[in-house]
Amino acid sequence: MSSLFAQAPILAIILPLLSAPICALFRGATFPWALTTIVSALSFGLSLDLLFYVAEHGAVSYEIGGWAPPYGIEYIADPLSAFVMTIISGISTGVLLFARESILKEVPASRLGFFFSAYLLAIAGMMGITVTGDAFNIFVFLEITSLSSYVLISMGAGTDRRALTAAFQYLIVGTIGATFILIGVGLLYAMTGTLNIADIASQFDQIEDTRPVRAAVGFLVVGFAIKLAMFPFHIWLPNAYTYAPSIVTALFAGTATKVSVYLLIRFIYSMFGADFSFGDLPLTTLLLPFAVVAILSMSVVAIFQDNLKRLLAFSSVAQLGYMILGIALASESGLTASILHMFNHAIVKTGLFLSVGAMFYVTGSVYLKDLAGIGQRMPITTFGFVLGGLALIGVPLTPGFISKWYLVQAVLERGDALGYGLAISMLISSLFAVIYIWRVVELAYFKPSPEGAPTGEAPLTLIIPCWIFILGGFYFGIETSMSVGFAETAAKFLMGALQ
Amino acid sequence: MFFDHFNYWITVILFVIGLYTVMSRSNLVKKMIGLSIFQIAVFLLYITMGKIEGGTAPIIIDQPDVIYSNPLPHVLILTAIVVGVATTALGLALVVRIKETFGTIDEDEILQMEETK
Amino acid sequence: MEEFTSVFLMLLLVASALAVLYVRNLFVATMLLGAVSFIMALIFVTLDAVDVAFTEAAVGAGISTVLYLGTLALVGPHEKGSIKKPVLPLLLSLAVGGVLIYATFEMPIVGSPDTPVQQSRLTERFLVQSLDEIAVPNIVTSVLASYRGFDTFGETTVIFTAGIAVLLILSQVRIRRKEDLADGEVEDEQDSLEAQLAPQIKDTSAPSASPHDLIPHVVAKLLIPFVLLFGFYVQFHGDFGPGGGFQAGVIFAAGFILYSLVFGLEFTQKLLPLRVVEYGLAAGVLLYGGVGVVSMLLGGNFLDYNLLSADPVAGQHLGILLVELGVGITVTAAMVAIFYGFAGRSEVKKKNEVEAK
Repeated sequence: MSSLFAQAPILAIILPLLSAPICALFRGATFPWALTTIVSALSFGLSLDLLFYVAEHGAVSYEIGGWAPPYGIEYIADPLSAFVMTIISGISTGVLLFARESILKEVPASRLGFFFSAYLLAIAGMMGITVTGDAFNIFVFLEITSLSSYVLISMGAGTDRRALTAAFQYLIVGTIGATFILIGVGLLYAMTGTLNIADIASQFDQIEDTRPVRAAVGFLVVGFAIKLAMFPFHIWLPNAYTYAPSIVTALFAGTATKVSVYLLIRFIYSMFGADFSFGDLPLTTLLLPFAVVAILSMSVVAIFQDNLKRLLAFSSVAQLGYMILGIALASESGLTASILHMFNHAIVKTGLFLSVGAMFYVTGSVYLKDLAGIGQRMPITTFGFVLGGLALIGVPLTPGFISKWYLVQAVLERGDALGYGLAISMLISSLFAVIYIWRVVELAYFKPSPEGAPTGEAPLTLIIPCWIFILGGFYFGIETSMSVGFAETAAKFLMGALQ
Repeated sequence: MFFDHFNYWITVILFVIGLYTVMSRSNLVKKMIGLSIFQIAVFLLYITMGKIEGGTAPIIIDQPDVIYSNPLPHVLILTAIVVGVATTALGLALVVRIKETFGTIDEDEILQMEETK
Repeated sequence: MEEFTSVFLMLLLVASALAVLYVRNLFVATMLLGAVSFIMALIFVTLDAVDVAFTEAAVGAGISTVLYLGTLALVGPHEKGSIKKPVLPLLLSLAVGGVLIYATFEMPIVGSPDTPVQQSRLTERFLVQSLDEIAVPNIVTSVLASYRGFDTFGETTVIFTAGIAVLLILSQVRIRRKEDLADGEVEDEQDSLEAQLAPQIKDTSAPSASPHDLIPHVVAKLLIPFVLLFGFYVQFHGDFGPGGGFQAGVIFAAGFILYSLVFGLEFTQKLLPLRVVEYGLAAGVLLYGGVGVVSMLLGGNFLDYNLLSADPVAGQHLGILLVELGVGITVTAAMVAIFYGFAGRSEVKKKNEVEAK
C-alpha cells in the first residue's frame, strides 16, 4: 500500500490523462461517461489521501523519470496544492454524477466519446498545473487545460451558436495570457538558468532588483490575472460560462479560475517571496483597487442580467474579487480567508449552476422571462437554487458566511481607515447580491409561468447531485473545522516556508 | 555593442506587431495570424538565450574543444511550437464553424448580429 | 559575415511581419506568414538551434500554412477595410513592448558564455554527464525525451487534444436545416463521425485524370514514397542528428496530405480511414504513457527508463525510442485528422452548393 501511495501524486494525474485516449475510441453514450466518472472518483480518492497525509507530515516530492530536480521535473504535493487538487477532483466527480442525463440534451450521443475525452483532459490538466514544481511544466499543462476548455465550451453550439464566438474569444484572450506567462518564465530562466520553482526561489533574492526579473513578475501576474478573469481581464468569462453546456459551466465555475488563483498564490509566496511582493513591488496597491472594483461593479452588473447563467457568471467574477482581496492583504489571515473562499465558492457555485442546469433540462431555457413561476413548476430544484443563493449572499450557517467572516476579520486586522473601507465595500457587495438573488426568487415564486411552459420536476439523477452540493455547502458552513483547518495549514505552510 | 541585445529588440518589434494585429483587426483569421506572429516572437526570445558565440548545435561530435550552444531553450521551444500549432488548428476550426453559422468572420459584424438578436 | 546574415534575416522578418499586418487579401497574408516562419527557421539555424529550425519549418511554414489555406478555402480571403479606433490597441501593444525593452537593458549579452543560462549546473549535466547516463549524441533529444520527458508527454497530449477537438468541432455537419426536412424525416444525429466526414464515393475506381492533372499525379507518385521514407529516417535518426518524433510525424503526415491534395480525399480515406487515424491518435499517447506505467510497475517512478533493461543506458535508449515512436504516431494521426476535418468540410460545402443548384 505504501508504495502505491508513494506514486499517488503522479497517479492522480495520469489516470485521467491516459483514460482520455481510451475514452476517445468509444462511440456509445454510457461507457465514456462511466469511465470518466470512475477515473474522476479515483483521482478524488488519491487527492484526499494526499491531503490528509501532507496536512500532517508536510510536503511530499515526486521525481518524474527518476531525475532529481532541477534536472528533471518534480511534483510537489504540499498543503495548498493537495487542497486544490482535492477541490478539482471532488467538484469534477460530483458534476459527473449529474452529467449522465444532462449532457444528452446538449451534445449528440455519438460525440460523447470525444466530449468526455476532452473533459478528462481538462481535469488532468488542472490537477497537473496544481501539483507540479516546474515552471515550464505549468505552461504545458495550462495549455492542455485551455485547449480542452475551448472545445468543451464550443460544444454548447448545439443550443446557442454564440458558444462558438465565446470559445474563440476565450481562445484569443487565453492564448495571450498563456504567452505572457511563457515570457515571464523565459525572463526568469534567463536570469537564473533553471526552471524549477524552488530552485528559482532560492536564487530570487540575488536577482530581484534587476529589470528582467521585475518585468517577468509583471508578465506573470498579468498572465495569471487574465486566466483567473480578474477585473479588467474578465471579458471572456461571462460569454464562456453562459453559452457552454450546463455541466461544463458547472465544472469550470468551480475549478478553472480557482487554479489560476492558486498559481498567483504559489508564485507570490513560493517564488517571489512575501517580502518582495508586498514590499519592493507594491502588489497590494496594485491588486487591491482591482479587487474592490470587481467586488462592487460586477455585483451591480449581475443585477441587470436577463440570462440566469450570465448573472451567476458575473457573480463569479465578483467572488474572485474577494479571493484577490484576501491575497492582497498580505497577511496570514487574509491568505487563509482567500484559500477558504476558493473551497466554499467552488461548492456553492457548482451547486447553483447544477440547479440552473436542471432548470434548463426541463424548460429548455435559462432566460429569466422563461423561468417565471418556476418555483411552482420545479419546487425542489428552485429551492436548491434559493439555498445556494443564500450561501452566495453570506447568510449565517452558509459557507459564504464563513469565508466572508474570515475575510472581514482579516480586513479589520489592518486597523486603519482602508480596512474599514474594505469591510464596508464587502457589505455593500453582499447587499447587491441580495438584490440579484431576490430578483430571481421573486420571479420564480411570485410571477406567473408563461403559457405552455414545461412543468414537472427534473429527474432524480439531476436533483440528487445538485442537492449533494447544496447540502454539502451547508455542512461546511456549519462544521467548519475541516475546511478552515486545511486552509489555515496551507496558509501557515506558505508563509512559514519563508522564515 | 549595438548587437548586444539586437535579437531581443527584434523580438520586441515582432511582439508588438503580433499583439497589435490581434487587438486591432476585426477579421478572425487575421487575429489568428497575429497570434501566430506574437508566439513566434517569444520563440526568438528563448532561442537567443541559448546561443554562445562561436558555438555549434548541441549534437556531440568527436572533436576536441567544441563549444555547444545550450540545448534547454531548444527543448522548451520545440514544445512551445507544437502547442502553438495545436492552438492555431483549434482556432481555425472554430473560425470555419463561425463562418457557417454566422455567415461572416468579421468580429464587428458578428457583434452587430448579436445585438439585434 | 555571420552577423550580417542574421541582421539581414531579422530585418526581412520584421518587414514581412509588417506586410502581414497591412495586407488585405488573406491568401497573401498566409503566404507572408509562411515566409515569416521560414525566415525564423533560418534565424534559428544561425542561432545553432537546428532541431527547432527543423520543427519550425515543418510545423510553422508547412502545416500551419496548409491549415490557413484550408480555412480560407471555406471562409473566403477578403478582409474588410475600416479599422475603427486603432489608438487603444496601439498604445497597449507599445506599452507591453516598452516593458519588454525595459527588461532587455539588463539582460545578459547575446552570445556571451558568462550568463546564468550557460553557467547553470543544468548545462553541464546535459552536455557532459548525459553522455554517460544516456549516451545519445543529440542532447536536445535526450533532454526532450528523458530528463524532461514529462513535458513532452504533456505536449503529445496537447496534440491529441487538438486532434480530437478539431474532429469534434468540424464533424457536426448539418447538411439540411431542420425546416427543409420533409415531414416524417428525422435528421439522423447518430451518424458516425466517419460517415459524415467521408464524402460521397463516386462511381470511379481510379482518380479521374484530366490533362491538367497529369503532371501533379506523376510527380506526386514519384515523391510520396521518398517523403514517407524521409519521415522514417527522421524518426529513427533523431538520436544522432536533428530530428525526432515531432518532425517525423509532420513529414509523414505531409506525405498523406500531398496524396490527398493530388488524388482526392476519398482515395486517401480508403487508404487511411478516419477510424484508423483515431486509433493512431490514441495509440501514440497510450504508448508514451504505457512506457511510464511499465517503469512504475518495475518499481521506479513514472517514466524512469533506467529500469526498462538490465543496463540503465540501454534502458534509456529503449525508453527514448519507444516514446519518440509514440510521439510520431500521435503527431501523424493528429495532422491527418485535422486535415480530414478541414478537407471534409470543404467536400460538404461543395455538395451543398451542387444540391442548391
